[in-house]
Amino acid sequence: MIARMVLNGRPRELDVRPEQTLLEALRDTLGIFDVKEGCGEGVCGVCTVLLDGRPVSSCLVLAPAVRGRAVTTLRGLERDGGLHPLQEAFVRYGAVQCGFCTPGMLLTALAFLEREPRPDRERIRAALEGNLCRCTGYTKIVDAVEAYVRDNGHG
Amino acid sequence: MADAVATRETLRVVGRAVSRHDARDKVAAATAYAADWALPGMLHAAVLRSPYPSARILKLDTARAVALPGVAVVLTAKDVPRNTLATDVPGQTTTVGPLRATLHVLAEDRVRHQGEPVALVAAETLEQARAAVEAIDVEYERTPGVFTPEAALAPGAPRVHDTGNLLAQWRIARGDVATALARAAVVVEGEYTTQLVDAAYLEPESGVAWIDSDGVITIRLSTQVIEHFRDVAEVLQVPQNRVRVIGTYLGGGFGGKEDVTVEVYLGLLALKTGRPVKMVWTRQESLLARAKRHPYRMRYRTGAAATGEIVAQQIELLGDAGAYAYLSALVLLYSTVTAGGPYRVPNVEVQARVAYTNNPPTSAMRGFGGMQTVFAYESQLDRVARALGMDPVEIRRVNALRRGDSLPVGQVVETHVALPELCEQAWAALGPPTPPRAPHVRVGRGLACNLQPYGRIVWLHDWSSAWVGFEMDGSLVVRCGVPDVGGGQASSLCQIAAEILGVSLERVSVHISDSALTPLAGTTTASRQLYMSGNAVLKASRELREQLLGVAVTMLGADAGALTMADDLVRGPGGRTLALPDLLRQCARAGVPRGHLAVYNAPAGEPVDLATGSGKVFPDYTYGAHAAEVEVDTETGVVRLLRYAAAHDVGRAINPQSVEGQIQGGAVQGLGYGLMEEVVVEDGINLTTSFATYLIPTAADVPDVEPVVVESGEGLGPFNARGIGEPPIGPPAAAVANAIADATGARLTRLPITAERVARALGRLDGEP
Repeated sequence: MIARMVLNGRPRELDVRPEQTLLEALRDTLGIFDVKEGCGEGVCGVCTVLLDGRPVSSCLVLAPAVRGRAVTTLRGLERDGGLHPLQEAFVRYGAVQCGFCTPGMLLTALAFLEREPRPDRERIRAALEGNLCRCTGYTKIVDAVEAYVRDNGHG
Repeated sequence: MADAVATRETLRVVGRAVSRHDARDKVAAATAYAADWALPGMLHAAVLRSPYPSARILKLDTARAVALPGVAVVLTAKDVPRNTLATDVPGQTTTVGPLRATLHVLAEDRVRHQGEPVALVAAETLEQARAAVEAIDVEYERTPGVFTPEAALAPGAPRVHDTGNLLAQWRIARGDVATALARAAVVVEGEYTTQLVDAAYLEPESGVAWIDSDGVITIRLSTQVIEHFRDVAEVLQVPQNRVRVIGTYLGGGFGGKEDVTVEVYLGLLALKTGRPVKMVWTRQESLLARAKRHPYRMRYRTGAAATGEIVAQQIELLGDAGAYAYLSALVLLYSTVTAGGPYRVPNVEVQARVAYTNNPPTSAMRGFGGMQTVFAYESQLDRVARALGMDPVEIRRVNALRRGDSLPVGQVVETHVALPELCEQAWAALGPPTPPRAPHVRVGRGLACNLQPYGRIVWLHDWSSAWVGFEMDGSLVVRCGVPDVGGGQASSLCQIAAEILGVSLERVSVHISDSALTPLAGTTTASRQLYMSGNAVLKASRELREQLLGVAVTMLGADAGALTMADDLVRGPGGRTLALPDLLRQCARAGVPRGHLAVYNAPAGEPVDLATGSGKVFPDYTYGAHAAEVEVDTETGVVRLLRYAAAHDVGRAINPQSVEGQIQGGAVQGLGYGLMEEVVVEDGINLTTSFATYLIPTAADVPDVEPVVVESGEGLGPFNARGIGEPPIGPPAAAVANAIADATGARLTRLPITAERVARALGRLDGEP
């Protein structure tokens, strides 16, 4: 079946099967590889995308359910062809090691900051609880989010 | 060496917290991980795995599976050209004990652990491949298994392998332990148990194989060891130069991608079908089938004088290898050598054994045998300190190894041991004590130290090679076969080349991890890549510099000694400069190469007789001290981490930000080991094959980790760096156990230290803690 949606700001038609997940549709059908798969059961947060601005595990969303909705992946964060300031902060503060959790982590953090623009470290940690990272120990990820809040007029 | 005396001020790129090129690619989603790869006409593969931990295969019939739509091929053991896979360390030149380790690529008449591969399928779609796996008819006859090392070594136990269940044993004996214990002012006895844990990287095992236009079987995968191309060639029975492995930037490794994962299966399926094939393991499959960290049971008797000095250690280690050897004999060797800790121990006896069982196999994982023992020796030392009324920093200062001392194995410590300052700084970093929040809450602090080798065992004759060269526009290229597991392995090499050749970091491009096109650099394991490949790049860069300056001399009319390379040009006396493109054109005219290949050989030695303590096992060691402050709820047993500081002497930090990242990330993995992680296996059946049941730390489970980076300027790596990949995972479990003891008086000796175990130790719940 054909599902019309808005993908990273652009209208898109997608031929989906009823049992297909959004993750499978994005990766296997559209070749959108900036969405990664970590566990396939909604626990690790690696496959997070924004659905109408809210973070969801794309491995738990059936593809037909995104009809008429807006899906944002990491590539959708680019601003004028450049990196989003939060992406820049992740680089500058060493919040990226293997990088496999990074797309989901960035999207979760941004959606959180939309709702709560001035969080403290404790709140940032709580907001990122659903996104596992095995490399950094989280300290530098929290550093990066905190610095972004401070440097981008949110603080 | 000039670098030995170079201060941070004289370095332009090395020692700076520069942003990593790979981090920029990763935040922009430009990095193509192993699963982010597709080729026209690509098949999808799946593995049939044994549901039983111990069984005979009576019947294996693939007819029904082969007939299903979309199925290209179904392979069983009889289809594998050589069904034996060596699991020895790649590049190994000298046998290490009973290490001729092999396993079957696909099971023949027996399976020895749940998840053991039995058959492979490739089909047009993943759904079809999985349906075909389900349609393979296998008749198993279950056979008795053994599920603990104690049971495996008991008389009459079922044999996991015909060679018997004792896989390996090592022994060290020095001095007179019995007499020293008899004369000691205090003797502390303890038994410690550590659990089975998983590397749990977020990127599951994955790759794509194809037969390239030159006929070479090419496998692009997530691996810490591209040299497994040789093992693939052996299995496929093709010449080694007809298999190429391209390693991707990894989504984490931690030792779990050191052994072969998908590459042999992919090679087989590509060879049999002639088509590109993709294999991506599910998380469940990864947690079920991948080798894990060895559970240990450890018995320690520690004797100390009234001054706190350790006079003797009597140590017994018993590990669970699971069903296949993999690297177990080596892991046990690491444990044996490090079992006494970073301390002077005049009288010591270590008896270490590792046994086959029908549990999931165990092999390499970050810390590699240097980890389990930390929990034991640091708990013991804490108990000695408490018995003598000594401060935790003081007892470690009294016992710390010093240059010139020898380890129990006989290896003389040749570099500075910064343990006293590491302890002081980690302890001080905790700041003023946190007051308890409520009457039933207690707060306590603990300290734990460790030593971890960096670089491989000296009788493996380790080496790494790298090529460094200029393009005509003055941009620089580094080629090195190093797999980048996410620690910044590639970017550190760029810093080193940029430093020596005076090129700005943005003008350096690095090509890594390709067994056909990059000079081989060995494994990204054993905390060895910065040390080994860093030295190879340093050597190549220096020799290239000499080569180029030899030409610059004629152009600038000055001695080579008067020339410097900096700011993307060559500077001579009197303010004269030479642009790199001009120099490179002159090199072309003069027939002087613009690039250079160098090989770095690590210090090599002969195998050591451990029992007689005859000498050097590892090139050198990295030392650390971690301090934890915890809060214990004495009603529920819940332990909350309040503060954590981790100090390591890294020799020199090539990229301080990457070093801090290793320390913080390793510490949190170690905290997961200490407090929550456990692969639960009952009678060989893994009950924790999802991230909903195998719990690793989240952002809300752990506090900020304060990294304390000490630079002694004494290490064997480039610019005197030490390895820092593995060491930070070692101390956390012991630091937390010691903090809990400080808070409550309860001594937890079994990992993970769950709330339930703490509640039992505090008498709030019945049962053994």
